[in-house]
Amino acid sequence: MANAQPLLSVRGVSKAFLGVSALENVDFTLKAGEVHALLGENGAGKSTLIKIITGAYRRDEGEVLLEGTPIFPRDVVDAQKLGIGTVYQEVNLLTNLTVAENLFLGRQPKRFGLTDVREMNRRSRAILDTYGLGIDVTAPLANFSVAIQQVVAIARAVDISGKVLVLDEPTASLDAHEVEMLFSVVRQLRARGMGIIFISHFLDQVYQIADTITVLRNGRLIDTVPVAGLERLKLVSMMLGRQLESGIKRTIDPSTAKTEPLVSLRQLGKRGTVDPIDLDIRQGEVVGVAGLLGSGRTEMAQLVFGIERADSGTISVAGAPVGMTSPRKAIAEGFAFCPEDRKTDGIVGDLSVRENIIFALQAQRGWMRPLSRGEQEALADRYIAALDIRTSDREKPIKFLSGGNQQKVLLARWLATNPRFLILDEPTRGIDVGAHAEIIRLIIDLCEHGMALLVISSELGELVGYSSRIIVLRDRKMIDELTGDRISTDHIMKAIASHGATGEAA
Amino acid sequence: MKNSKYLPLIATFVVFVLAYVICISVFPNMLSTRVAGNLLTDNAFLGITAVGMTFVILSGGIDLSVGSVIAFTGVFLSVILRDTSIHPLVAFVMVLCLTTAFGAAMGATIFFLDMPPFIVTLAGMFLARGISYLLTTDSVPITHPFYSTLQEIYFVMPGGGRLTLIAIVMLVVFAVGIVLAQRTRFGTYVYALGGNLTSAQLMGVPVAKTTVGIYALSGFLAGLSGIVFSLYTSAGYSLAAVGVELDAIAAVVIGGTLLTGGYGFVAGTFLGICIQGLIQTYIVFDGTLSSWWTKIVIGLLLFGFIALQRGLMWMSERSARNMRHASAVQASSA
Repeated sequence: MANAQPLLSVRGVSKAFLGVSALENVDFTLKAGEVHALLGENGAGKSTLIKIITGAYRRDEGEVLLEGTPIFPRDVVDAQKLGIGTVYQEVNLLTNLTVAENLFLGRQPKRFGLTDVREMNRRSRAILDTYGLGIDVTAPLANFSVAIQQVVAIARAVDISGKVLVLDEPTASLDAHEVEMLFSVVRQLRARGMGIIFISHFLDQVYQIADTITVLRNGRLIDTVPVAGLERLKLVSMMLGRQLESGIKRTIDPSTAKTEPLVSLRQLGKRGTVDPIDLDIRQGEVVGVAGLLGSGRTEMAQLVFGIERADSGTISVAGAPVGMTSPRKAIAEGFAFCPEDRKTDGIVGDLSVRENIIFALQAQRGWMRPLSRGEQEALADRYIAALDIRTSDREKPIKFLSGGNQQKVLLARWLATNPRFLILDEPTRGIDVGAHAEIIRLIIDLCEHGMALLVISSELGELVGYSSRIIVLRDRKMIDELTGDRISTDHIMKAIASHGATGEAA
Repeated sequence: MKNSKYLPLIATFVVFVLAYVICISVFPNMLSTRVAGNLLTDNAFLGITAVGMTFVILSGGIDLSVGSVIAFTGVFLSVILRDTSIHPLVAFVMVLCLTTAFGAAMGATIFFLDMPPFIVTLAGMFLARGISYLLTTDSVPITHPFYSTLQEIYFVMPGGGRLTLIAIVMLVVFAVGIVLAQRTRFGTYVYALGGNLTSAQLMGVPVAKTTVGIYALSGFLAGLSGIVFSLYTSAGYSLAAVGVELDAIAAVVIGGTLLTGGYGFVAGTFLGICIQGLIQTYIVFDGTLSSWWTKIVIGLLLFGFIALQRGLMWMSERSARNMRHASAVQASSA
């Protein structure tokens, strides 16, 4: 640890895409024999920084030094040769090849010009033995679990590169036992003196394995601190930033709490995705969902809307249980869902505003009963006016609209189906301040007209502003439900930071 | 568990043995090296091009041009030998260079222009066929004495069957193909491309070189197949070998290679060729059946094998899921 020269050091690196800055003047130092966690919410710049280090992107400014020498990796393969290996969440190996072939692809030992399979298998066994993995190296990789594939990927990266290992969310699809197995491998590599960059959304795991934490937010370095002695609450507020209470605070009519719930979840969950959740949502109520990225918040919404099939629990609508097996079923029950990533899951960029608005309604009616052109135009005009969608023309392709207006078109699409229950996933992400306030006003408005809403947001301030209740998710579990006076950003952050005493111990 | 990779190959082998047993029980005369020798000779050109097709399909691609390239080779050879005094051996080298370059050009188009192999080789198919028509529309006989010499070369097997030169060439091509696929870096790269292109790229596989190499190999083998075909028919005809690319694809798939790439064996293709040959031989022995029964049986077999592969994929996915638990237990005890 007292190494004078850091293994990898990033100094003043900046990167912009099409004039939008993704990384500004970031410093990052990795020592040999250190596990360094890199944390931050979506868009914080983690993946941009990693891609610069591993050669996938070129930096605009600044320098990257490996053992004191500046490096300019041309691509991922070049970075590997320099000594920086990466293992991604989705293992980038070839499951149709054998374990040994995966370890030695591109550098197979040869004998008389042909691959020496026996030698390759022998050396593979020797490599995997050092990780305590006694598997059959001649079997196809597909025969093994993701965790073992991860270890094989790490073994390959270490064998080729050997200095810096980047683990990009390696634990996202592993269960507890598998994570422990992976961590014992990581600890072993740390003892060998490698520098390991660890990216994860699971704070418990970060506390378990990391020595140092660097937090990025909005493309900037917030701080680099040792894990020992770092309070969780401090870490969470570093990641989320100083969240101001929003000016709007909805007064909640206490009478709604007594009405029958419209939607009831009972022990609804899916193994490895979301632990079973109990939740009631009444008409005229906004239930806010808070949690860090990867806490299971989007996955929960997908279970409710039938995009993912739950493997436990039930959903009842107005007291009657419903088998929520597909989004069609959900739409038939009067559900609506505005997904998080409107570019990939929501809008159809080349179609007009009108066509995007009538989509869900048309799907609900079935293609055999088309809406007439007149009906479509009336509908589109009504929502363009009602939601104040700024477009020159209802026939304009939606891709030319601003993010906020696209979001409103998506909302209009679902409102046109006249839903009883609306799920919004990050409705205000990536839209300007003005549109932001309008969307919030709309949420409150819909709620006051008796709709039931479930809103997922990272903007804790606005969540506090409009929610009747807030549930907090962490590590795929619902860990708290905030009501009444407890609805505040402080309480949310405390809830996210609570639990798992490892952090506060020191 | 480990054998799941070999299961389609084993299934092909079982089908082959069954087909052989049925044939022999109906026509005991089929159990002779004469029949075997003829089967190999009659299918030599198809076998050679099917080896190239195996590599293409293993890499996740397809090559529709091979039938046309075979016809082009025959026409080119017959015209050259008719109109010039070039020795056939020199002509062989020339035509192999042409077809290899043709394949390489298609491979380069596929990779550098990022075009689907189906479209590029479809264009290649029309191109090669068109050039054959341009050379001649007639069936041109090849009368060069060297051809007769080559056709006379054979090896007498015990039982009186003749293993002709072209059958030997096919067997050698299969042997080399097996070694190339299983024991060289190029072979592993081919499997890697078929497994997952992005991963292969990230792991440092020279994707451009490999893609060009695969289609060049297929072009070379189609040219070689064309030479063998011209030896077999002693003529060059621009309408010859129509649909051979589809027979080759059928042989590859019946041989247990996954059409989406990544899984399969060159040896399986050999069995696929033998199964097709057996069906043809059965029809010849029977004498009353229409030769279209070959296509019908091949069609049924294709359906069967595609269903088998689908089933195997499904089973291996399920077993991988079950493995998770087992490995977790193993990890915690370690």
